[in-house]
Amino acid sequence: MSHEVLQVIWFALWGLLWAIYFGLDGFDLGSGMLAGVFRKDEDQRHLIGSLAPIWDGNEVWVITAGGVTFAAFPKLYATMFSSLYLPLFIILFSLMFRAVAIEFYHHMDYDRSWQRIWGWVLSVASFLVAFLFGVAFGNIFQGMLLDAQGYHGTILSLLNPYGLLTGVLFVVAFLMNGASWLAHKAPEGDLRTKAHNFANRIWPVVLVVAAAWLVYTPFATNLLENYVKVPVLFLVPVLAVAMLLLTLVYLRKSNHLLALLAGSLTVGLTVIAAVIGLFPNMFPSKIDPAYSLTAFNSSSSQYTLQFMFFVVVIFLPFVLLYQVWAYKLFGRKGTGTEAQHY
Amino acid sequence: MLSRIQFGLTVGFHFIFVPLSIGLILFTAIMETLYVRTGDPKYKTLTKFWGKLFTINFLLGVVTGVAMEFQFGTNWSRYSEFMGDIFGSPLAVEALMAFFLESTMLGIWIFGWNKLSKKMHLLAGWLVVLGTHLSAVWIIAANGFMQNPVGYVLRNNRAELVNFWEVLFNPYAWYMYIHTIFACYSVGAFFILAVSAYHLLRRQNVDMMKASVRIATVFAVIATLGNAITGHFNGRNVAIRQPTKLAAMEALWESGSNVGMPLIVVPDAANERNAVELLKIPGLTSWLAYGSTDAYVQGLKDVPPAERPPVAPTFWSFRLMVGVGVLMLLLAVLALWHERKGTLMERKTLLKFLHWSFPLPYISTTLGWMVAEVGRQPWTVYGLITTSDSVSPVALADVVTSVALVVIFYAILVGLDVYLLVRYAKAGPEAMDERQAAVAD
Repeated sequence: MSHEVLQVIWFALWGLLWAIYFGLDGFDLGSGMLAGVFRKDEDQRHLIGSLAPIWDGNEVWVITAGGVTFAAFPKLYATMFSSLYLPLFIILFSLMFRAVAIEFYHHMDYDRSWQRIWGWVLSVASFLVAFLFGVAFGNIFQGMLLDAQGYHGTILSLLNPYGLLTGVLFVVAFLMNGASWLAHKAPEGDLRTKAHNFANRIWPVVLVVAAAWLVYTPFATNLLENYVKVPVLFLVPVLAVAMLLLTLVYLRKSNHLLALLAGSLTVGLTVIAAVIGLFPNMFPSKIDPAYSLTAFNSSSSQYTLQFMFFVVVIFLPFVLLYQVWAYKLFGRKGTGTEAQHY
Repeated sequence: MLSRIQFGLTVGFHFIFVPLSIGLILFTAIMETLYVRTGDPKYKTLTKFWGKLFTINFLLGVVTGVAMEFQFGTNWSRYSEFMGDIFGSPLAVEALMAFFLESTMLGIWIFGWNKLSKKMHLLAGWLVVLGTHLSAVWIIAANGFMQNPVGYVLRNNRAELVNFWEVLFNPYAWYMYIHTIFACYSVGAFFILAVSAYHLLRRQNVDMMKASVRIATVFAVIATLGNAITGHFNGRNVAIRQPTKLAAMEALWESGSNVGMPLIVVPDAANERNAVELLKIPGLTSWLAYGSTDAYVQGLKDVPPAERPPVAPTFWSFRLMVGVGVLMLLLAVLALWHERKGTLMERKTLLKFLHWSFPLPYISTTLGWMVAEVGRQPWTVYGLITTSDSVSPVALADVVTSVALVVIFYAILVGLDVYLLVRYAKAGPEAMDERQAAVAD
């Protein structure tokens, strides 16, 4: 395969990994945030106990996305992460404390006051991860203050209206999916009803924010250009919207598993739609497109891309296979907490 | 410099958690295998007990590892750009091959006790073992390249990968890997011995702890002996591939043949000599490094001072590591001897030593890591890129903030880890049983 073909393939894989990550970890971040909403001891026990067996598997997708960025687009990896230094550190520490909260909540089950602290840590950290990832991607879609000397923005310049709106979109969409997961996993009763109602109530909010984001995007970004060139691509965002509508249908029917699936697909397809609009840019410059990092100017050598391609082709199916196994074990309806024997 | 402190801190903390995890999970899997094969519920309780301690500790290895992966980009962006081809690939393969396996399987292992057959559950446990060991392969392959670069060409100011297999089968990396894995086992073994000794000294959980000790003493002897043997080969490997590091480890200033090893040395780097050299054994350094007492060994004075690693830290780390290693080997052999004779319970002093010996392998692994990394300075990648050329052009204030965050948060994490480990270790395996019975009611 030629270098260009490989670069395009790797761009696609890069986008796909982020899409899978946000699709999967999205609901688990959303459920995490809900730990601050459903604070009754029994509710929290089911909520956090339902996340315990799966959060780690979901989070590996972000590690893989990071590792792949390092291997396939080292220049992007170096520039992106040193430019977004502080927000990335906050995201990292939030991811860490989220994980610690889920696990230590169970290890410290002899002490209710510690458990309450961990519930709050989980909620706040999950919110920060969702929101800041949204802000970061919103800014990438928009373009960064990047020139030959490097990046010139600050944390305050990242908090612009479009970045904030993307952050809010991530938060509300994840909350919706998190509530669907909780409604699916919670045992028959009070918690399930509460989660069900929450999902139904936040759906219109997601719709409004998504609509605002869709309208704002062509003004704030150049994501539309590729779509104008190849109109058939419009199918992807249309499909994303269709999935959002389907989520409501399943929520109304109280089929929370399918609502979760449709909701996660909404998130994943939205990410893919945005990444399509970005192509071939990966870290565009707002100052002058000449400084943008693209799939073609920031990638590894042909040998590395080719080799890593085979690694992915061989190992990704295994990963999917045993993750499906884990979900079959721990994704059953109404089982509540999985941590009785922890 | 701050980036170095920060990175040193994150790696250091990561390396506190990881070796214990690798040692403990292997031991836990052995316990579960015994349970499946004998059906003795004692082993099931022990599996859950050691497994619980493993899970507390494993989590912290995971989260500190995540931070490390992104740190290459945040703090060492020039290095990342230069090395992305080679350094990024093993990390990405590690994520795909090992992280997914260990994280997903661990979830299944911890929460799947009542959902899987005994054999499937055991399989999940061994897959976690496999995952942790694979993980170490890839990270050490990456570090092996930094010590002994192979399989690359320099093109467009970057190191480009030309042969992945050379990077993976880098002999330097494999010497390091086996040595490191044995070191992890000794951390695990001494941790288990320390906890068991605590209970045996108080005459509680005696049955369970005796069963643990029986296997842990063998484990400890294999681990420490393995360390000594692989350490020797590792040293020869350093002699061939990084003679300057070897010279610093031995504080050897003058090159020559038939080089002897003084047993007591105090290096004086400022004057390029040793302040004290006593009890020299003729030809020993030559023989240890190259297998012949006549072999020629390069001294530090043959290398310009700018390319020498800091001599004193490298030398002292190495000496202390070997000393602590020998001490551990003696303790392990002694414990095995008395365990076999059935006199361990009467040897209160030995038990007390074992109880307080758990820091020893931590000290020696940390020292070993320092020998490897400090001894490589001033290079980040041996002979290719120096440390000062590797850091990111990031605002100082940002780095200061993140160092402060790292210190505060990691201190909290270590504190909680130790607190919980101590709590559950002291409670003992029978408390685990009661805890589970209480939940089942």
